[in-house]
Amino acid sequence: MARREMVKRLVRRVHREAERVGHEVSIMHVCGSHERTIVEHGLRSLLPEGVRLVCGPGCPVCVTTAGELSAAIEAAEDGMVVCAFGDVYRVPTPRGSLSSCEGDVRVVQSARQAERVAESEDRDVLYLAVGFETTAPTTAAVLLDDPPSNLYVLSAHRLIPPVMEWLLERGECRIDAFICPGHVSTIIGERPYEPIAERTPCVIAGFEPEDVLIAVLAALKMIRRGRTGLVNEYTRAVRPEGNRTARELMERAFEPEDRPWRGFPTIPGSALALREEVADHDAREAGIEPDFSVGAHEGCICDRILRGLASPEDCPLFGRKCTPTNPVGPCMVSEEGPCFIRYRFGGGT
Amino acid sequence: MCLAIPGRIVELEGNRAIVDFGGVRQEVDVSLLEDVKEGDWVIVHTGFAIQKLSEEEARASLEVWEEVLKHVEEELEHGEEGDG
Ligand code: SF4
Repeated sequence: MARREMVKRLVRRVHREAERVGHEVSIMHVCGSHERTIVEHGLRSLLPEGVRLVCGPGCPVCVTTAGELSAAIEAAEDGMVVCAFGDVYRVPTPRGSLSSCEGDVRVVQSARQAERVAESEDRDVLYLAVGFETTAPTTAAVLLDDPPSNLYVLSAHRLIPPVMEWLLERGECRIDAFICPGHVSTIIGERPYEPIAERTPCVIAGFEPEDVLIAVLAALKMIRRGRTGLVNEYTRAVRPEGNRTARELMERAFEPEDRPWRGFPTIPGSALALREEVADHDAREAGIEPDFSVGAHEGCICDRILRGLASPEDCPLFGRKCTPTNPVGPCMVSEEGPCFIRYRFGGGT
Repeated sequence: MCLAIPGRIVELEGNRAIVDFGGVRQEVDVSLLEDVKEGDWVIVHTGFAIQKLSEEEARASLEVWEEVLKHVEEELEHGEEGDG
């Protein structure tokens, strides 16, 4: 009851603030978990008409390119044991999917489990490491912890601040403020957002409906005052310096690399490649090199959805040819994919 | 894969902990955190604890929201001054 009161109060304040702003605003978030909170609690329908919450490239499985997935499929078909997260396992590519390929593919829930598979196997094991700054330290922890020599990592890890900068720079989607991803921020802290926050209001937010509403309120206040800067709403989990241990592990194991994302061209410094120190475990050592020219499925508009230019309902295949049981694109496979979330938890745009 | 949820450490041995998520228990790696102990609340993501929370914070009670609002407002005011 008390919670409902709080939500109501926040919604009233958001409406008042939006009136004061007096023009339409687009607030983009870059996190699948935020999209889930928004859709599950119908937050879009509670907001004033002129306030749009836009879903950006916040689903790590979705932004992994068909080329990286195909490289893992090929490795499985060539006799390596491939370990991947459940979401990744089912993503279709023009080469099929890890779930349908001929080969030994294991679904794992953590980098540690992939390491254990390698310990129990004589064959070479490939771990397809997907995820943003929240997941990269887990891969780093394993890489730096003397893993078995038959463990290879195909790093599809990507970084959030560079893609936020790209989106702002490119300007194809209107962005009046960003809601920064809570769990990524838990690791990286506040500093990496500074160059972005100099240009546009940024609010780091948690994942309860109250968190998102408070973030929207803070963003509106900043927009009304014509201010930029960073506000940390999620102080219960995000320290200004982030998680130092995790950050150090990540920095020791990986270095930034330019790489394309699904739906995006090459974004400078937006991906993580294994450093010299752990190069023995680099998939490239085992001859695995993703071909980034591998295309996506025809008709699927995931690329536009991930850039904030379309929503799942704009896709003619949504809910018809494309459903969670028969997904056409990654956005319908991943638990964090915008199409999956919209299909499963309903809610309007 | 990215959904991260809070749970409570009920057993701890080296870097391996058993974390209770409202009745469901799972093995969790705590090597990304310093000084964890049994009874701590942690946010878990892909099998690793990524941050500690206080019990109150984990429950996100009304008092927590009042605090968060106050903090955000203070930060906004503070920034205002900074802007001149
Ligand atoms: S509904 Fe399916 S086909 Fe359409 S964009 Fe989403 S994942 Fe792609």
